[in-house]
Amino acid sequence: MRQGAGIVKMSSDQKMCLAVPTKVLSVDGNLATVGVQGVRARVRLDALGEEVRIGDYLLVHAGFAIRRLDPQDAQETLALFDELFALAAEGGSSPPAGTDSDPA
Amino acid sequence: MDDLFRLRDPARARALVGLLRRYAPPDPVRIVHVCGTHEIAIAQHGLRSLLPEGVEVLEGPGCPVCVTPTVDLDRAVKLAERGAIVCTFGDMTRVPGARVTLAEARADGADVRVVLSPADAVEVARANPQRDVVFFAVGFETTAPGTAAVLLDSPPPNFYVLSCHRLIPPALVALLAGPPVPIAGFLAPGHVSTIIGARAYRVIAERYHVPVVVAGFEPLDILYAIALVLRQVREGRAEVENAYPRAVSEAGNLRAQGLLATAFAPCDAVWRGIGRIPGSGLSIRDELARHDARHAFSVQAEEGEEKPPGCLCSEVLLARAVPADCPLFRDPCTPLSPVGPCMVGTEGACNVWYRYGRRPNP
Ligand code: SF4
Repeated sequence: MRQGAGIVKMSSDQKMCLAVPTKVLSVDGNLATVGVQGVRARVRLDALGEEVRIGDYLLVHAGFAIRRLDPQDAQETLALFDELFALAAEGGSSPPAGTDSDPA
Repeated sequence: MDDLFRLRDPARARALVGLLRRYAPPDPVRIVHVCGTHEIAIAQHGLRSLLPEGVEVLEGPGCPVCVTPTVDLDRAVKLAERGAIVCTFGDMTRVPGARVTLAEARADGADVRVVLSPADAVEVARANPQRDVVFFAVGFETTAPGTAAVLLDSPPPNFYVLSCHRLIPPALVALLAGPPVPIAGFLAPGHVSTIIGARAYRVIAERYHVPVVVAGFEPLDILYAIALVLRQVREGRAEVENAYPRAVSEAGNLRAQGLLATAFAPCDAVWRGIGRIPGSGLSIRDELARHDARHAFSVQAEEGEEKPPGCLCSEVLLARAVPADCPLFRDPCTPLSPVGPCMVGTEGACNVWYRYGRRPNP
């Protein structure tokens, strides 16, 4: 986080559909100051309906927080994939890990 | 900090690609997503090259800028020409309308401003109490709650909204209900689903017997979601599966849904290149009519060409064609001199394909 960056606009590109994860730096009623990609931005909390604390991560879209994110959930997602691999492995036939392919 | 949310694991990617091969049905299948951000992720990470033979993923009407009808563009231009300050998202200023773009109107002296949030448009209204300020509101369920919030937050009397918001579930139904295009399954847009919840698609999956998988935006999220669609196809199931539970719940964001229901009523709406889709728009409720630009200003807007001659946008938006099928793609149609709306919006399929190479799915 660049200090003293002040309050700047949410994002320099204008992709309106890009909801980005941001970290809450302070909360003031209906507004939170968040840090994203090294800058600060103000976001509105009135479309969220959840308690927000400093250090929380928020999914922000067009200046409004739409969901609180838990970094741990990324791990859960990976576990979800592994579950599918395990299921597929039980199913037999070909191995779930595509050892013959290189997705890079 | 974004790294916390990155899912980039080559081993799991390989495993997912293996699963895709394994679940790929013998006959070709077409999977449709309706989200510019999905298209960007797919193109950027070259995901189409990882798909098994015969599995196609296409962008349908996933770009709000692209589907805004010319008559509303003309309405916004006329309001600006009559002296209002028109605020809108960046891409909207460059979309060809019935006569001129908003950017061209600005060059001729109209006051057109780019904002990143509906809240910014309210600030413009507060700073210019003697002027009418119109927020030209486009976007799906992810964007519309912000517009609802500012409408319900006692905006100043000179603030108006020209609502062109659109809803995704009715568009999915329209894609299925049109002339038969075999759509094997949908990837539902992750952040629209954050608002409306996974359950919003249940009636579609059941009634039309089509799998719907809510998908996130990391490359692994998308591969995983495609694998789930293929598995459903293979097993003859048609259900809603949530492959993005870290941002999407079953019920969605109830606060945002409440804002939408309080500020707006669903209405029939025209999608550029597609036509009228029942219940797919959001009109401002009567109680807020004093902030409704359609109500407050009588403007005769002209219908224009929904797509210029030769432009394949309709087919692209209906997920019946990919940009490279269009004879005008790249020559003469480019982001700098777009022929159709799909080349303007950075979420538009033609724009994404142009930026990431001629044919991202080889
Ligand atoms: S390449 Fe241009 S002309 Fe062709 S469909 Fe896309 S926007 Fe229309």
